[in-house]
Amino acid sequence: MPKRFTSIWFRRLLTDQKAIRQPELKGKAYVFAEPDHGRMLITALTDEARKFGVTEGMTVADARIIAPDLQVFDGIPGRNLKLLTGLAEWCLRYTPYVQLDPPDGLLLDVTGCTHLKGGEKAYLQEIVSRMKAAGYHVRPAIADTIGAAWGVARFATSGLIVPEGTHRNALMPLPPSALRLPGDLLTKLRNLGLHQISSFIYMPDSVLRRRFGKNMVLRLKQALGQEAEYLFPLKEPVPFTEQLACLEPIKTRLAIEIALNDLLERLCKRLYGEGLGLRSALFTWYRIDGKNGNIKIGTNHASNRVPHLFKLFFIKLDTVAPGMGIELFVLDALKTEPVSDKQSEIWTSKGGADNEEVAELLDRVAGRIGSAYIQRYLPGEHYWPERSPKTDPDFKKAAESEWRTDKPRPMQILDQPEPIETMALTPDYAPKLFIWKGEQHIIVGADGPERIEREWWDDPGEHRDYYIVEDEAGSRYWLFRSGHYDAKNNQHWYLHGFFA
Amino acid sequence: MKATKEEIVSKLREDMLRWEGFRPPKPGANNDLGLGPVAAAFPDGVFPTGAIHEFISSKPEDTAATGGFIAGLVQKLLLNGGACLWISYTRRLYPPALKLFGVDPDRVIFIDVPLQKDVLWVTEEALKCEGVATVICETKDLSFMESQRLQLAVEKSQVTGFVLRKDVKKANTTACVTRWQISPVRSQLRTGMPGVGYPRWHVELIKVRNGKPGNWIIEWKKQSFQTIIAPRIIEPARRYA
Repeated sequence: MPKRFTSIWFRRLLTDQKAIRQPELKGKAYVFAEPDHGRMLITALTDEARKFGVTEGMTVADARIIAPDLQVFDGIPGRNLKLLTGLAEWCLRYTPYVQLDPPDGLLLDVTGCTHLKGGEKAYLQEIVSRMKAAGYHVRPAIADTIGAAWGVARFATSGLIVPEGTHRNALMPLPPSALRLPGDLLTKLRNLGLHQISSFIYMPDSVLRRRFGKNMVLRLKQALGQEAEYLFPLKEPVPFTEQLACLEPIKTRLAIEIALNDLLERLCKRLYGEGLGLRSALFTWYRIDGKNGNIKIGTNHASNRVPHLFKLFFIKLDTVAPGMGIELFVLDALKTEPVSDKQSEIWTSKGGADNEEVAELLDRVAGRIGSAYIQRYLPGEHYWPERSPKTDPDFKKAAESEWRTDKPRPMQILDQPEPIETMALTPDYAPKLFIWKGEQHIIVGADGPERIEREWWDDPGEHRDYYIVEDEAGSRYWLFRSGHYDAKNNQHWYLHGFFA
Repeated sequence: MKATKEEIVSKLREDMLRWEGFRPPKPGANNDLGLGPVAAAFPDGVFPTGAIHEFISSKPEDTAATGGFIAGLVQKLLLNGGACLWISYTRRLYPPALKLFGVDPDRVIFIDVPLQKDVLWVTEEALKCEGVATVICETKDLSFMESQRLQLAVEKSQVTGFVLRKDVKKANTTACVTRWQISPVRSQLRTGMPGVGYPRWHVELIKVRNGKPGNWIIEWKKQSFQTIIAPRIIEPARRYA
């Protein structure tokens, strides 16, 4: 399919935007001015101001003499870029490939997109009317190359749709400035009497290069399609994405749910056909007042089941603020993975955590409390009690080593060992009694010691001698003495856990 | 005439059991959880799976004992496959200890809920999920209404739920099928041997719907429950206890 590009020219980007903000300015002569070398230079102006003879680059003082009623506002550098970015995001509804074209334009790759609006004419018509409704005056053009579209949009008097293969003819009557050339080069061309592209288009490349530099040849070739030119899209297009544009702005929760369900069904149908499932998805809404927001979800395993994915979004659906109404919903599949074969799982009846239903349950729980709080432990190859179980985020991973059963471990463990007072025979017998939280426990049975050394390469400190003790009531505790017996320092016994 | 009357009564009894959420054990299903003589206290003499069991503990020592007892039951429940979820707000459970009670710690998914109010939400969601074999919920409070919701959830999904209530000051009425209290007792070794023996508990079945409450001394030995003292029935069954 031959490439087709659209260039949208915002004729009065800044002043139009001002009129949208302050409708009373509509039809008035006003300009934006920015300081430059101690003078105020006009950077943007309305058609009304232009009628007086005011132009860009004129000083404000001069303009005030020509047009006494002229209103002057402070221009903000970089404002046009900000506006263009917002407009480019809005234009994503027309094509996934949109590039900013500073200072006052957008470039769209519309290959294969125009038929969605009923042909190129209707496509441009829609852009113009929608932009006009919003308050912007635009001139879009469609051509085979970016350069031709750019030139036609800005300088052609008619024929904004250049039919396929005729961009050379369309460029002929245009002035050289339609080729995106720098100002000094344009002056040179004008001085030489080359007022139209047709007057130098047939000159040999070597002649043009020698006289005007290689930039001029490059631009000419790009406009003619002899040199490749690429768009750098504002957003990297997602391979799996679905859009839902609404006829009427949507405000109610029910309608938003229906829209979400509809998008999910369409997306999942496509994913199902490819044997893929969602790992991460982004649901974005665009409001009629230009604001937007999004919800992101993630799953533990690839899924293309609509009810499950809907539930994940449903938990977060409260954050949607429709305001005046939502006009466009977009669902992007940020990350997809092949779905595992369900056929094989039927035979293993109830699997473990990799069971479909359990994985969906965990997704829902993670959506509410956060995935960091869901843990699974694998045997860590450490003796030190705090480190011997290690957490693992992968629920399908099998244990690499066996859990140890040769040493008894307590059922309940304290995060921080709590100091206790003890009475123990020196130097290394189990205590006879200990006091924990003001309560005295007389020990009738004890096992131990089990010495556990610290991993010296990780943390320095004392080793621990663990004892399993049982008191008169039958409660079993895990106590340890930190380090060797020391007559001077009695405070080194700790309670670390409770046995079943 | 008399025979038919008895038939009607026994039929009604069965129906009432079913309405209360009990299901007769499927023929061929292995529902023996290795509790031995304790099983006689339950309706039909089978530990009710697919129900909520409440465990009460007031001290960390009791919580540890309860954890061991539950782990012993979970071991048998996991034999048929399915996942095990351990949901808690402030967890002190040490996963490697589960291995001593026959449960592979890597088969248990621990959900440490950061907000206490979410614990029961997560529990209810988990209990509704049919791919889960058993759910253990550590919580402090459980109101009657909350317990009803949990019980209704399991009646549909047939998941077995254990609610471990820590630091309970006052035991309120709940819709759970059983209520247990487990406390550690002195372990016994062969006479003259020093040290600490196998875990031994005083298991008190305070309440069981349509069953006979009682208490036992049980020891965990060689990966199974060993009842030390034969069952002692405290009182005859009180319906709708």
